[in-house]
Amino acid sequence: MKTLTKEKSSAFTDTENISGALAIVKCLLEEQVEYIFGYPGGAIMPVYDAMYDYQEELKHILNRHEQGAVHAAQGYARATGRVGVCIATSGPGATNLITGIADALIDSTPLVCITGQVPKRLIGSDAFQETDVIGISLPVTKWNYQITKASEIPEIFAKAFYIAASGRPGPVLIDITKNAQIEMLDYYYKKCDHVRSYVPVPKANPTEIERAAELINKAKRPFLLFGHGVTISGAEKELKEVIEKTGVPAAWTIMGLSALETEHPQNVGMLGMHGNYGPNILTNECDVMIAVGMRFDDRVTGDLNTYAKQAKVIHLEIDPAEVDKNVKTEVALVGDCKVTMQALLPLLKKNNHKPWLQRFHDCMKMEQEMIIEKELHPSKEGMTMGEVIRRINDRTDGRAIIVTDVGQHQMVACRYARFQQHRGNITSGGLGTMGFCLPAAFGAKLGAPNRDVVAIIGDGGFQMTLQELGTIWQTQTNVKIVILNNEFLGMVRQWQQLFFDKRYSATELVNPNFVAISKGFGIDAERVDKRENLDDALNRMFGCEQSYLLEIMVEKEDCVFPMIPAGASVSQIRLS
Amino acid sequence: MKEFTVSVFTENKVGLLNRVTVVLTRRHINIESLTVSESEVEGIHRFTIVINVAEDQVKKIVKQMEKQVDVVKAFYHETDETVHQEIALYKMPISALSNGLNLEKMLRHHHARILSVSPEFLIVEKTGHKAETQELFNQLQPLGLLEFVRSGRIAITKPMKKFSEHMEEMHAF
Ligand SMILES: Cc1ncc(C[n+]2csc(CCOP(=O)(O)OP(=O)(O)O)c2C)c(N)n1
Repeated sequence: MKTLTKEKSSAFTDTENISGALAIVKCLLEEQVEYIFGYPGGAIMPVYDAMYDYQEELKHILNRHEQGAVHAAQGYARATGRVGVCIATSGPGATNLITGIADALIDSTPLVCITGQVPKRLIGSDAFQETDVIGISLPVTKWNYQITKASEIPEIFAKAFYIAASGRPGPVLIDITKNAQIEMLDYYYKKCDHVRSYVPVPKANPTEIERAAELINKAKRPFLLFGHGVTISGAEKELKEVIEKTGVPAAWTIMGLSALETEHPQNVGMLGMHGNYGPNILTNECDVMIAVGMRFDDRVTGDLNTYAKQAKVIHLEIDPAEVDKNVKTEVALVGDCKVTMQALLPLLKKNNHKPWLQRFHDCMKMEQEMIIEKELHPSKEGMTMGEVIRRINDRTDGRAIIVTDVGQHQMVACRYARFQQHRGNITSGGLGTMGFCLPAAFGAKLGAPNRDVVAIIGDGGFQMTLQELGTIWQTQTNVKIVILNNEFLGMVRQWQQLFFDKRYSATELVNPNFVAISKGFGIDAERVDKRENLDDALNRMFGCEQSYLLEIMVEKEDCVFPMIPAGASVSQIRLS
Repeated sequence: MKEFTVSVFTENKVGLLNRVTVVLTRRHINIESLTVSESEVEGIHRFTIVINVAEDQVKKIVKQMEKQVDVVKAFYHETDETVHQEIALYKMPISALSNGLNLEKMLRHHHARILSVSPEFLIVEKTGHKAETQELFNQLQPLGLLEFVRSGRIAITKPMKKFSEHMEEMHAF
């Protein structure tokens, strides 16, 4: 991808008299934005007009729905660690972004979302396509701002990119009235590196770091949990060093998945509702819990009143509001977890906890026999989601970016994929947004063109954003799309089976011909309904230079286990 | 549950009131009183919010408020750690002066003042704690009180630390 040359970029630092719309394009170029995902409309047309002259430098991607645009920007951001940018018109264009913005907030994804707005003089008059986007997006943005004068543009854009990317990342929305896009301004861009009311990266207190080290060094049964924060701050190396030096067993939240390779001997698996047996059940036996860049979501903790009450909790966290929010900490290390772990490392004693680690392995053995074996090597005729995931994973050596939607296939993908490379897992963890996968996978591929990107989607979720096949086709982007078709809204059906007497209320799907749909969008596709055809089909898919869609028929009424019922204790994890 | 006074220092930005109050409304916390004014630092506004919650909860709330980019700092205090005041205005019919119940003595006793008099009514002002303005309200009501309004609480905390020192600490790293 071509980036701006030095000369061109410094030419921008002289003041020039240009339109607001052109200023916006220049701001984006200053921030080295390579892709902007969006959809045009009346209130944003001046900006689209300005982009017309910069198609080489700033690639606009025409998604097929604004929700697709924002999820694509998220996928791009998650694959690269850079700010994802999307743009939409006022009114419905802006409201269509909201789901993705909420998703990005809860999953700490840096975004700058630009929305057009009616001219300033019409604001408040219920004008055509006027909506209070600032009000609507307020609770789901890290920061938002309405620009009503062109002269505000450079400063606000600089601030937006700084806020989105710094500290705990998140989505920022800038709403720009049409008059501000048309007016002229004296343009001068200066990057933002400080906002006086905002401390993005607190620094952990050194005496607290010493206390934490002492607790860890004295612990008999320490247990480390890691989350998205490790990936966000690029602390994968430090995490591994901490684990290897102390001998602590380490488990991940689904947002932390792929920050440590799955095969690492101290990686004891997945936490939470559909996580592995050991890390859940032994949560209530550890004496020191080290939580790194994770926020004790209820899907991880279950009932808080029975969660790790015996443990002294050390929390490495960048966001002070997360500390003591759900779980009371003994030592809070508020700061960037990479920096905190660097400071912690020299204080940690070399140790191993073999017998304690062995207990996790014993649990895994039991889970292997009771669940995993059946999932990976089923004796029944129908395919399981797990065996499909494992084959895909083997085909890509654990190096692909696996993007998942929401439901059973998501949990199975997280459970059964074996990751060898960082930033390998992209999923909607906090909001659980069906429809996330296809556009996010597309965005991820643009961000990481040299990696295989595999979208794993349920037959339900696929139909929420399948229009993005059009975007994939138009841009000739190589995304491998796998629909795990159980002809049900599987995860909801599972709950109905387990907790609602199998009363399958509104969960059975009569599906369209997915292969024909895909082909209609110009993307080659096939349906696999027998195990013996799976490998050949996967070979054709991965052998293809272009996008490819596989509809894989799986068992209709399989359940994902283990499972901690909602609101139950981690100790009540069910194996069947 | 206890009464807490939350002081929030913010940039002077449109929409910030919503960002601050949504932290409370989202959690179903009733705002007993809310006042916004300038502070001693130029460009910094100060919210004084009174809520009834558990201490554990007020701690979390203050952090959620501070998390907002345009919020500089937020503190919470128990009521007796603050010096606080409210102001109330009472509109009384002029006839209340002459019905023999000695309004004048009542106002004197409460250290209330008369702000304005017209042929039909007079306006009385009283500052004090809520209980005090309420007591006067209770006494004036039988005398034909026409209108009543009370401000939100304003409060200054007793512990000695200047806001500007907090600002410096924030960026000390
Ligand atoms: C936008 C949205 N609506 C509803 C839900 C609730 N929900 C969670 S999982 C699920 C079923 C998903 O079915 P499918 O996409 O077929 O995947 P499966 O569980 O079968 O793998 C539903 C409806 C959701 N997460 N997101």
